[in-house]
Amino acid sequence: MNELLAVFHRELGGYFATPLAFIFIVIFLFTMGAFTFYLGGYYESGQADLAIFFNFHPWLYLFLIPAISMRLWAEERRTGSIELLLSLPVPLWAAVLGKFLAAWVFSGLALALTFPIWLTVNYLGDPDNGVILAGYLGSFLMAGGYLAIGSCLSAVTRNQVIAFVVSVAVCFLFTVSGLPIVIDFFSGWAPQQILNTIASFSFLTHFNAITRGVIDLRDIVYFTTLIGAWLIACGIVVDMKKAG
Amino acid sequence: MIVIDGLTKHFGPFTAVDRIGFTVEKGEVLGFLGPNGAGKSTTMKMITGFLAPSAGSARVCGHDIVTDTLAAQRTIGYLPEGAPAYGDMTPRGFLRFIARVRRLSGTDAEKAIDRAVEATELGGVLEQPIDTLSKGFRRRVGLAQSILHDPPVLIMDEPTDGLDPNQKFEVRKLIARMSAEKAIVISTHILEEVDAICTRALIIDRGRVVADGTPAALMARSRYHNAVSLTLSGQTTVQMAEKLKALNGIASMEIVPRGAETTFTLFPVSARESDVLLVDAVARLARDENWPVRALYGEPGRLDEVFRSLTRSDTTVTDGKKDAA
Repeated sequence: MNELLAVFHRELGGYFATPLAFIFIVIFLFTMGAFTFYLGGYYESGQADLAIFFNFHPWLYLFLIPAISMRLWAEERRTGSIELLLSLPVPLWAAVLGKFLAAWVFSGLALALTFPIWLTVNYLGDPDNGVILAGYLGSFLMAGGYLAIGSCLSAVTRNQVIAFVVSVAVCFLFTVSGLPIVIDFFSGWAPQQILNTIASFSFLTHFNAITRGVIDLRDIVYFTTLIGAWLIACGIVVDMKKAG
Repeated sequence: MIVIDGLTKHFGPFTAVDRIGFTVEKGEVLGFLGPNGAGKSTTMKMITGFLAPSAGSARVCGHDIVTDTLAAQRTIGYLPEGAPAYGDMTPRGFLRFIARVRRLSGTDAEKAIDRAVEATELGGVLEQPIDTLSKGFRRRVGLAQSILHDPPVLIMDEPTDGLDPNQKFEVRKLIARMSAEKAIVISTHILEEVDAICTRALIIDRGRVVADGTPAALMARSRYHNAVSLTLSGQTTVQMAEKLKALNGIASMEIVPRGAETTFTLFPVSARESDVLLVDAVARLARDENWPVRALYGEPGRLDEVFRSLTRSDTTVTDGKKDAA
């Protein structure tokens, strides 16, 4: 636990030691705002809720979250500091989890800083704040899912660009697996059972369910299981690299 | 304190480390020698738990590195090759992180950091990001990190690489100061370092131990061991060489002119015999003949020559059989 916290603090501090945190948060907030108000036509919609805002989250995360996760392991491998980390008495699970949690808390912080949009909608109308809270929760869980995927793929390579591109691709598959772009590929020949299974992997399906304000245990279990599975895979990848 | 047995590492078809075995006791400084690619770093990575061995075992303070990894790692201070660190941190932040991982807290941690900072003379750069430091300072941050928890076992991969001669001297002094209380393994390809700080040297080549002994014992294997070196100034004549060669107990002679001086190296018939008699004989001859002597001494042996004769990882020569220790 002590080691987990040490890794967590070091990682989180790492974001703020460089302009990375600042730049990321500014870009994150700017694009969130721009998408919501201009592309989403927030004012024109005349609705006092944040559905439009949350609708853009999966697509923004698709590019912004791999930008956070790509460095998690790839950078350690490139600079050689991974040798230091893994020869310190830090259990592997603590290193994997500490890094992931630091990235997750950081993305949570960026998400929390979108609160002016919440203030705006409360000023303009009388939204259902329960639904909005559920939306934030869903968004945070989804960010964790993207991060866990990115964390694992970052451990595969020492090249951050490769880690980024592969993460975006895999995250994309997970995002759209319920949409025709993926389903059509299987629908000709695969049985309905498999189609349903593939569709149930979609971030969008589960995220949209939560943002409607219905916090279903199945959606929570989906995201936590996904995060756990990808983090275990991440641990396995790091351990396999030890074997050479 | 360190017991290595049959340690082996394969990378695909390539065998980087091939059944290496040795032990290091408290108070010993083991110099790990070998050409680039001989397997020095790979061996150290296995002892410290960064790489998993393909076969064999490494025990540190009684803990097996594979089955009892964390306990073994707690007893080790490790300076990896190139002294990697988290470049965006300051040395102080970095050392605090290490202290925390090493389960030092509060005043214990601050005391340990102060001690390590003092030993490595990092005081002036504690608040600068490590990325902005010179190579010498970065190396010292790595050193400070490795000795922070006062470990009983120290493993250092080229601790003086990239340091200037003054810094090298300081680091050697630091290692010598700590050596009584610890078991230390350093890798190096600076041969003078072995003579300066190591109580024992292990030469490895293509993943195998080819020599193991004290630096003096290794030097005794040199063909220069107990040879006599005589340097004369001015013109030398053929007669001089003949007179030298006619002395008792001389097997062969090398003549190396350098500028206005000439060095004769006289090899005794039996390298095991003391060189005192031969030096005396040469001195007498030089005095009788009134030669302009600049230097005269008996050679202890040349480590670089032993090293070259035992190792050939970096060449393509493969003779199959080797003169193993």
